[in-house]
Amino acid sequence: MTLDALNYAIAWPEIVLMAMACVVLVVDVFVEEKNRNFSYLLAQLTLLAVFALVATTGEETVIAYNDMFVHDSMAQTLKMFILAITFVVFVYSRDYLKERAIFKGEFYVLALFAVLGMMLMVSAANILMLYLGLELMSLCLYALVAFQRDNGNASEAAMKYFVLGAIASGMLLYGMSILYGLSGSLNIAEIATAIANSNDNRIGMSFALVFILVALAFKLGAVPFHMWVPDVYQGSPTAVTVFLGTAPKLAGFAMIMRLLVEGMGGLVNDWQMMLAILAVLSMATGNIIAIAQTNIKRMLAYSTVSHVGFILLGILSGTAEGYSAAMFYTITYALMSLGGFGMVIMMARAGFEADQLDDYKGLNQRSPWFAFLMMILMLSMAGVPPTVGFWAKLAVLQAVINIDMVWLALVAVFFSIIGVYYYLRMIKLMYFDEAEDQHPIQCGRDMQITLSGNGLLILALGLYPAGLMALCLATFG
Amino acid sequence: MVGLSSYLILAAILFSISVAGIFLNRKNVVVLLMCIELMLLAANINFVAFSHYLNDINGQIFVFFVLTVAAAEAAIGLAILVVLFRNRRTIDVDELDEMKG
Repeated sequence: MTLDALNYAIAWPEIVLMAMACVVLVVDVFVEEKNRNFSYLLAQLTLLAVFALVATTGEETVIAYNDMFVHDSMAQTLKMFILAITFVVFVYSRDYLKERAIFKGEFYVLALFAVLGMMLMVSAANILMLYLGLELMSLCLYALVAFQRDNGNASEAAMKYFVLGAIASGMLLYGMSILYGLSGSLNIAEIATAIANSNDNRIGMSFALVFILVALAFKLGAVPFHMWVPDVYQGSPTAVTVFLGTAPKLAGFAMIMRLLVEGMGGLVNDWQMMLAILAVLSMATGNIIAIAQTNIKRMLAYSTVSHVGFILLGILSGTAEGYSAAMFYTITYALMSLGGFGMVIMMARAGFEADQLDDYKGLNQRSPWFAFLMMILMLSMAGVPPTVGFWAKLAVLQAVINIDMVWLALVAVFFSIIGVYYYLRMIKLMYFDEAEDQHPIQCGRDMQITLSGNGLLILALGLYPAGLMALCLATFG
Repeated sequence: MVGLSSYLILAAILFSISVAGIFLNRKNVVVLLMCIELMLLAANINFVAFSHYLNDINGQIFVFFVLTVAAAEAAIGLAILVVLFRNRRTIDVDELDEMKG
């Protein structure tokens, strides 16, 4: 077999990313403490270079490495968003890390390897690849959560995340082993053919499906497998939470698409109802429990759980329209959550985490511009026009109504109306309460510009959603 | 000759033991790590048994990767455990409840 037959050129972005992550690791050892910015710049440069490589790869579907690796338009779009979001995460987190004396090269090395894992997950054409990508991402994330070594809450969060994440991996692996036994292949396309061609192993296949679905629900944080989400979001340093709550969601969406839709699409009738239950429970639990929170990171964690419910709604419709709606939702949710946690990082300063809701009282008096940005983000998460969150919810609901599951759409609307309460409470705190904390809000110029861009992007996408929507539709068209 | 189903039953029993161990154990985090290892090994038995039965080498290759990942996972898990013990002076599962709500 020649090297060309492997079609390795299609994986250039991943190869470059891996090489550069190793370079950052080695270079960081020789960089003096005061020049630590160099590691940061090198990591950012890597992300930009890999982004350019992904963006210039062709549109057409290519399968490489003996059917292990696939490049298609879904992979391309998701990878570009993963890289762009990670770039912004690095910008947000730099000052936060410096103020807490954890501005270390390891942060960037671990994050880059996690991005590599996500890219492999997104491009997996084989369940072995999917598993390895998932583990590469998860192991890096566990380490990142525990990154602040003298923080008790962070290590407790890391332990919970690790144990529940490892259980999910075990479930996934057990499900995959049964799937392999019944279909006789690890290749996702061949699994799909095996499922389509035989009807005799239905019960066994459903058995495998249940395990795989539980694992996916764990990883995404859908109720009743969401126990880790609030604790991990609250306990991690905010610089890690902002990473954890954004890019991995895109990879998780890709994992569901590859496994459930591409691999087990023939069992759509089986997983549709299971996903519906997960979705309803997630929307209910997420929105109701979020009301009771006083910690903003915890509140946003429960809001994540409810948004995951909405993403599942799009996927369970089982139509191309639903998949593209779910993809649109996932991308916009990642952007909103990026901005939301970005605000928490901006408000924090040395020795002060700004993680209580009361810390946001009277933000309008202290900084009208950032209060305005936060209002856009909150309205978008609540799904109020003219922000992009409204279009995301609308697209998902439309997909559900088109498959005659109107009751599900009604339930979703009902719970998102309940959810509006805690987003509006945030706005009330910022605009109608007196500021208790009169410290000036300081952050670097780079962060101010990026955060403003992030907030305005939510508004701009809300006013002109057609471009992104068309991109998502073209992916599954 | 031991049939395929015997292997599958063995794997299912091991898997059940590990899940039961995770949910029943309220004392020690180290036991949780052991249960997780057992869970991965149960899946490995499935893979090897199917691989032999299907005459397909891919399943055994999968097992190699799983073993490698399990080693890395154990390393990270124990590292987190050490950090946790330094901060909290306990590895009791019941006492990991600082965050609630």
